[in-house]
Amino acid sequence: MSAALETRGLCKSFGALTVADRIDFRLESGARHALIGPNGAGKTTFVNLLTGLLRPSSGTVLLGGEDVTALAQSGRVKRGLGRTFQINTLFRDMSVLDNVALGVAERHGVAGGFWRPASGQRAVREESLELLARLGIADEAGRRVLDLPYGKQRLVEIAIALGLKPRVLLLDEPAAGVPSLESERILQALDSLPEDIAILIIEHDMDLVFRFARRITVLVQGEVLCEGTPQEIADDVRVHQVYLGERHA
Amino acid sequence: MNHPVGYNADHRLRWTEWLPWVVALAVFFLLPDYLSLGARVLTYILFALSLDLILGYAGIITLGHAAFFGLGAYVTGILSAKLGVNDPLLQMLCSACAAGLLGLATGALVLRTHGLTQLMLTLAVAAVCLEVANKATPVTGGADGLSGVTVAPILGLFRFDMYGRTAYLWCLVLVFGGWWLIRRLIYSPFGAALTGIRENSVRMHAVGAPVYKRLLTVYTLSAAIAGIAGALLTQTNQFVGLNVLGFEPSGELLVMLILGGVGRLYGAFVGPLVFLIAQDFLARQFPEYWYFGIGLMLVVVVLFARGGILGISDAVIARMRRKA
Ligand SMILES: Nc1ncnc2c1ncn2[C@@H]1O[C@H](COP(=O)(O)OP(=O)(O)O)[C@@H](O)[C@H]1O
Ligand SMILES: [Mg+2]
Repeated sequence: MSAALETRGLCKSFGALTVADRIDFRLESGARHALIGPNGAGKTTFVNLLTGLLRPSSGTVLLGGEDVTALAQSGRVKRGLGRTFQINTLFRDMSVLDNVALGVAERHGVAGGFWRPASGQRAVREESLELLARLGIADEAGRRVLDLPYGKQRLVEIAIALGLKPRVLLLDEPAAGVPSLESERILQALDSLPEDIAILIIEHDMDLVFRFARRITVLVQGEVLCEGTPQEIADDVRVHQVYLGERHA
Repeated sequence: MNHPVGYNADHRLRWTEWLPWVVALAVFFLLPDYLSLGARVLTYILFALSLDLILGYAGIITLGHAAFFGLGAYVTGILSAKLGVNDPLLQMLCSACAAGLLGLATGALVLRTHGLTQLMLTLAVAAVCLEVANKATPVTGGADGLSGVTVAPILGLFRFDMYGRTAYLWCLVLVFGGWWLIRRLIYSPFGAALTGIRENSVRMHAVGAPVYKRLLTVYTLSAAIAGIAGALLTQTNQFVGLNVLGFEPSGELLVMLILGGVGRLYGAFVGPLVFLIAQDFLARQFPEYWYFGIGLMLVVVVLFARGGILGISDAVIARMRRKA
């Protein structure tokens, strides 16, 4: 069976700097997979290559077995690929509801309508509100995003991605810098997602990684160092040297 | 009032939104001597509305919007003066199509770029149009412009009279139509998507929006509306010259919109009104200080009131409410 998401020989260089080095990677459907590695290892770049925000120097990206390397971001989203950003990437001067509704409307295929008012799109509104309720921020629906505290902005960041109903979800440090209440909500929301969704999470908090992930890939300087179950990774000497060791030193 | 758009917005008309039309009709009945100035203001309001749509809502920065205005003006002028096509509706339609096509063709390139590159490209498009109009003397009249424009009665019924009454109402009808169309558009899902692109195009791509297609659509539409405004200018002046093209009218339009307030729909009404009335009075009395005065006004607005004149009035009203 083909993987939910797969890369073959994926490479990316910025000038002389190689940030992705022949990455072969598989994300099975229903996976709860973590991608870890020191800062600057190329994790965010890898996600950007997967979504089409960046073009690879070489190699291919397959989504559900289909080669999507040449496909623009919107085409990959249509095929079920969703993501969040490490640094909040929100519609700051718009309402919380709008932040989610813009994506929901794209998925419903009504976002190009230019005659009837947006506020009349009941299905889009209701679905967006429901999602906000699931993340505990339904009360904020009418507020501007830039007026929210950081932790709640982070929940909006997640909500936008969930609004796409992705079959493959890429989370770039979703809980970084988030107060514990909000990070608990993020985890709950992820737990409540359908089992067959494939999730790749980039995370520095090892407790969170070991709680969430059933598989871990370690990336160092653009190369996959190793991959395995949380236990195997925790026991791996090389991982301790380059990553865990460095953190606990 | 600032107009929030999107899935939360209340799209119903507020009473304040009737004000421009009440004022416009009052001018028609009470100030018959000012109808030609009024028609000019109305023309620029339509032009400014078309700019607000792409700049204020979609966030496309342009210094070349006069290319579409000028093309619209010349198409109507050439149709009448060179080809004897004098039906105002037909002229309007041809101007809109020509300007829309130019918008589509140049937008396909311009909208692939961002920031300063985008700004320079829009400027270049307008400069090329100006040069073409300047050189194609047999068709455009070159530096002398095209006179001898005649406009047949609208629908064969309403003759353009020497008092400018018909011209004024004709402008008013088209501004009303343009406003109504643009207003519907900005409250629609499409308008919300444009605002999303302005706010964060990276995220719009990431939620699966066809960003480039949306931008090209609105750019084309805006160009067509600017073309209609240009056609209006030729029809009411019965003349078209090089001053409708190039950097100067583009820059002036931008000044008007910033003065009135960008991205709030009615800034496009207030800006041209203030600018053109001030120009009419001040430029006659103090020709050497006129630009200085406008420059000063612009500096004040940019430094102290990012929302333009409407932004200032919003702030004042909010403060009075708080005190009350
Ligand atoms: N657009 C870019 N241009 C040049 N260098 C970049 C760019 N994006 C990322 N990099 C570099 O690539 C390396 C990997 O960055 P990143 O993928 O953000 O790492 P991580 O997410 O693992 O911390 C870093 O050294 C970073 O400076
Ligand atoms: Mg990163």
